[in-house]
Amino acid sequence: MTYRLFDHTADFGMEIFGKDLKDLFCNAQYALFDQITELASIKNENKKEIKVIGADLPDLMINWLRELLYLWNGKELLVNKTEVIYIKDNEMLAVVYYVSYDPDQHLIKKEIKAVTYHQIEVLKISSGYRARVIFDL
Amino acid sequence: MEITQIDNYLWELAKTGNMNVPGYIYTTDAMLEDIKKEETFKQVANVAALPGILKGSYAMPDIHWGYGFPIGGVAAFDWETGIISPGGVGYDINCGVRLAATSLTEKDIKHHLESIANALYNNIPSGVGSKGSIKLSDKEEKEVLRDGSKWAVKQGLGSNLDILHTEDHGCMEAADPDFVSDKALERGRKQLGTLGSGNHFLEIGRVDKIYSKDAANVFGLFEGQITIMLHSGSRGLGYQVCDDFLLIMSRESQKLGIKLPDRQLVCAMIHSELGMKYFKAMACAANYAWANRQILMHNAGEILMQALRISPRDLQMRLVYDVCHNIAKKEQHVVDGEKKWVCVHRKGATRAFPPGHISVPEKYRAIGQPILIPGDMGTESYVLVGTEKAMELTFGSTCHGAGRVMSRNQALKESKGRSIARELEDKGILVRWTGKSTLAEEMPEAYKDVSKVVDVVDGAGISKKVAKIKPMVVVKG
Repeated sequence: MTYRLFDHTADFGMEIFGKDLKDLFCNAQYALFDQITELASIKNENKKEIKVIGADLPDLMINWLRELLYLWNGKELLVNKTEVIYIKDNEMLAVVYYVSYDPDQHLIKKEIKAVTYHQIEVLKISSGYRARVIFDL
Repeated sequence: MEITQIDNYLWELAKTGNMNVPGYIYTTDAMLEDIKKEETFKQVANVAALPGILKGSYAMPDIHWGYGFPIGGVAAFDWETGIISPGGVGYDINCGVRLAATSLTEKDIKHHLESIANALYNNIPSGVGSKGSIKLSDKEEKEVLRDGSKWAVKQGLGSNLDILHTEDHGCMEAADPDFVSDKALERGRKQLGTLGSGNHFLEIGRVDKIYSKDAANVFGLFEGQITIMLHSGSRGLGYQVCDDFLLIMSRESQKLGIKLPDRQLVCAMIHSELGMKYFKAMACAANYAWANRQILMHNAGEILMQALRISPRDLQMRLVYDVCHNIAKKEQHVVDGEKKWVCVHRKGATRAFPPGHISVPEKYRAIGQPILIPGDMGTESYVLVGTEKAMELTFGSTCHGAGRVMSRNQALKESKGRSIARELEDKGILVRWTGKSTLAEEMPEAYKDVSKVVDVVDGAGISKKVAKIKPMVVVKG
């Protein structure tokens, strides 16, 4: 399992899993865009590098998701794949593959306003890592 | 946590641990049980621990679990020694409600509901990523951020009376677009004049009941009258302003020297450079929201006239009022017998100023400020009026709506196999919507009963019921 949703009255939360940190951050991108659109309908047309910093792992996770969400909300790009080049507790570099949104081709399932810091968690578990993130809808 | 009942509608959360003030929760015995299931009390207590908070951390009866601050929360901070928090305002800065009255009555529109619904749905941009018909240059966008509603009226989209009947005249003077990021500006350029998605709506309704004849007369409302109500905010621009400052404040939060129980509570001293930058950027987003609602309401009036083939003289649309319910404001209040400047955060709460207050429009000053409380799409909405008691007890604040009781996911599950549109139609409500799951997520049972919420604020005296409005046509994003 890469991720699952959990309930929060006003908003919604995601529990994301990964066998290591790289996998966790790739799956976070997958989870976010899987909620926004039908990922299967998106081809990798373009790629770009994204560098993110954070005070610690939870902060890095929030900043990674907020950068990705801005690509959609601000630039109308749909991201369907990530390769994490390197990742440390407070810094990461990744390449994301994306396509420009085309209303005739892409279905948008929901609006996600923002990634919140509320009850953010990134934890080491026996099978790797688990993150919990709450989004504002 | 220690909770004591003070009267029929008020509970006190004792000041314990690092709380600077007690918590005060306006609710009823029955509603309290629902609130207890969530972490809402903890959130009320967390807010009470922030520096400079005055008198109490307040929860309105529509309170529900938010992130950081609860939704339905009110907190006032000393303007000299207190903090300002983007999480205490929310992402949708100046999300708010606007109500216009018309001279039409039910008989004038009851045979045209279908064409009205279609015309509004087809011509008011709504839903995820929708774009407005207004294309802004960089310079024009900054004018919108500085001038708010006035900008729209200058473009011919409304009248000066609209400005007089909007909270703060549709413009927070503190706005300075220099503190709004390029990302936020980019998101705002294409969305002016759009409704948004989720719980945002445009509604044609009918005044179903008048509770206070005097106040209704002053507000120009009568039974059977057709009204237009809309609920929208600052769109992507506001979300981005909030997010930008959460990021900066989280990096500088150690400067405050307090340990925050939740990172979403990040804040800055109001008087710090960062606090002021946020206040000025937030004011820009608030102005954008007012311009947006001004444009939406003007367009709705035009569309209604076209659909009914009537003239402005037949419609006689006039703005009753426009309130914001996600905001931080500089206001003067009496604290311990002394007049003080404070920063009132209302996150899912509405200003409720009393008769005689200078900020209430002249026409309404003898009665008090109109308050607009939308319910879910299947029940009703309310017009209330502000009171002196709200000034004494809640920094001039009251509730903002029904408040969710079901998560969106839960609502999706509960509505499986049902046609929400058909159920509403059976009640005489025509609905049009954009998002695939919007109707299910927004179904009436997903919300608290707005009438019960309003009965609490009326019973507690922090606002008084004036009129009830029933929906006839609803457009959702």
